Amino acid sequence: MAIAISVQNLNHYFGQGQLRKQVLFEINLEINTGEIVIMTGPSGSGKTTLLTLVGGLRSAQSGSLQVLGQELCGATARQLTQARQHHGYIFQAHNLHGSLTALQNVRMGLELHPERSAAEMLARSTAMLEQVGLGDRIHYYPDNLSGGQKQRVAIARALVSHPQLVLADEPTAALDSQSGRDVVNLMQSLAREQGCTILLVTHDNRILDVADRIVHMEDGVLKRNSAGVLTTP
Amino acid sequence: MRSLLQQLQRRTPLGWLQLNHEKGRLLVALAGIAFADVLMFMQLGFQSALYDSNTRLNRVMRADIVLLSPKALNLQNLSTFSRRRLFQARDVAGVQTATALYINSITWKNPQTRVNATVQMVGFAPDEPALNLPEVNQQLDKLKLPDTVLFDRGARGQYAEAIAQVEQGNPVTTEVDRRTLTISGLFSLGASFGADANVITSDQTFLRLFPRRDASSVSLGLVRVQPGADPAEVAAALSAHLPSDVRVLTAAEYVQFEENYWRTASPIGFVFGLGTAMAFVVGVVIVYQVLSTDVNAHLKEYATFKAMGYGNSYLLSIVFEEAMILALLGFVPGVVLPIGLYALAANATALPIYMTASRAVWVLLLTLGMCTLSGAIATRKLQSADPADMF
Ligand SMILES: Nc1ncnc2c1ncn2[C@@H]1O[C@H](COP(=O)(O)OP(=O)(O)OP(=O)(O)O)[C@@H](O)[C@H]1O
Ligand SMILES: [Mg+2]
Repeated sequence: MAIAISVQNLNHYFGQGQLRKQVLFEINLEINTGEIVIMTGPSGSGKTTLLTLVGGLRSAQSGSLQVLGQELCGATARQLTQARQHHGYIFQAHNLHGSLTALQNVRMGLELHPERSAAEMLARSTAMLEQVGLGDRIHYYPDNLSGGQKQRVAIARALVSHPQLVLADEPTAALDSQSGRDVVNLMQSLAREQGCTILLVTHDNRILDVADRIVHMEDGVLKRNSAGVLTTP
Repeated sequence: MRSLLQQLQRRTPLGWLQLNHEKGRLLVALAGIAFADVLMFMQLGFQSALYDSNTRLNRVMRADIVLLSPKALNLQNLSTFSRRRLFQARDVAGVQTATALYINSITWKNPQTRVNATVQMVGFAPDEPALNLPEVNQQLDKLKLPDTVLFDRGARGQYAEAIAQVEQGNPVTTEVDRRTLTISGLFSLGASFGADANVITSDQTFLRLFPRRDASSVSLGLVRVQPGADPAEVAAALSAHLPSDVRVLTAAEYVQFEENYWRTASPIGFVFGLGTAMAFVVGVVIVYQVLSTDVNAHLKEYATFKAMGYGNSYLLSIVFEEAMILALLGFVPGVVLPIGLYALAANATALPIYMTASRAVWVLLLTLGMCTLSGAIATRKLQSADPADMF
């Protein structure tokens, strides 16, 4: 099976000089294409830091970090921007653009890919919103949508371009348990359809069952790399 | 070209959508830009009215070449030179006529209010037209009577009743010192910053009004060249022939000379230039406020776009798109309002102040520059849209 993410001996530091502080220690992690991996761990353990490194939002400092076949350690800002175009992001907050309708927001996920025509983008964005159950809300502004609906729009935006890799940082944190559950199920089924790899950070024990594998981060060290699944600690 | 059009078609007009979503902010921005534009139009309008109105008399002089004293600064400060230079000028090949023009400011009693006012007195020998004003040239005979003058309809001040009377054919009298002058006719020229009113009279009357001036020292010499002669060549010949106590300018150079005075030696050009610059700065500040508020309000969204793989240049293009939209929309009221204000100002000041296409284009360019500059400053805030801090 092809490898989507390969992390080797990754260390990461914040700050300079006296204030320099290591937050990631010798991280090793391999994720296969099509796998759904959940990362858990206490607050401040470095989960978000690892996710931003994998996503190309921060530049990796030392070690090796290969994502979708590209080495991100030592990559230029331009290469990072390029790399991001192949990922789908789902944030804790929905981060939708308030001046754009649901449809326009989703469309922004496609505009980066110049091979698509305007008509095609419209059709795909509409179809994507229908898939997340918002076919009747495509012209709503985020202000007029509920939290769960907004997060579903954000998922549609992340997945509309069929990215090979989806990264999600506590996507259910702002949602009640039912809509949290819906959102995760949706991610799972869409990912299965599109065959993409998912790395998901969460504190929410109720959604661990969607994972093929759970990894646990503690104080900047990947403690458990448990294959299979799924006992709550 | 085609691909560029397609690019534009598929691109979400984010700048416009952002502006349009916050209608209040948009209106404030447009009002601010319109305000700055109106200010700039008024400043530039007054500035060019100043140049136009102060060269009006220069431009109607019936001359191909003008002789003046080297000490002359402008119409109000002409100094004098010897009339003998005019006689000498007539000896130069190509010169047809060389006649004297006398100009001086004088205080008279406003015929209507009887209050003292300063007017500009222009005198010349009435047997030969000195000005390209058909109305004046038809009334030269009236000027042959002593103490008779023609008055400017476009004069600034309370002259409406007096003008109406003369218009009906009833001469109006007024006083200079203890001499009685009769206004027996009218013409149209217009006021200037330097002179509220122009009064035309004969050289004889002029010299009687200024007893300390004598006929042999003239303000200007009006030279006309023979048909077919080149004024520039004749001017060069005159320069060579005449002593250095008189200056020789072609008619166009003379208008330029007057305009240059107001451009450089007077502070007025600077004042209006500064006024325009201030309006520009006010515009920059207002647009900057609006754009930076907008950038701040959307930092999270911008960081999200970066996380999605949009580059910095995309975010820059949003801000500049907004800047251009604001400039173009704000310019519409900004160019319409001054047309009305010009009419008001022209009525109030009797200055030739009106909208010109070239000024509209110039202010449009200034507005685009103003908004681009504000946009450029506002984009510095984009640096803080860091997707690494998004999760
Ligand atoms: N930009 C930064 N500059 C300096 N230190 C940082 C920065 N971002 C995070 N840290 C530190 O790095 C450590 C790991 O932070 P990180 O955000 O990765 O934790 P986390 O596991 O995502 O926590 P949480 O579950 O609360 O989101 C923390 O100690 C944090 O204080
Ligand atoms: Mg975190």
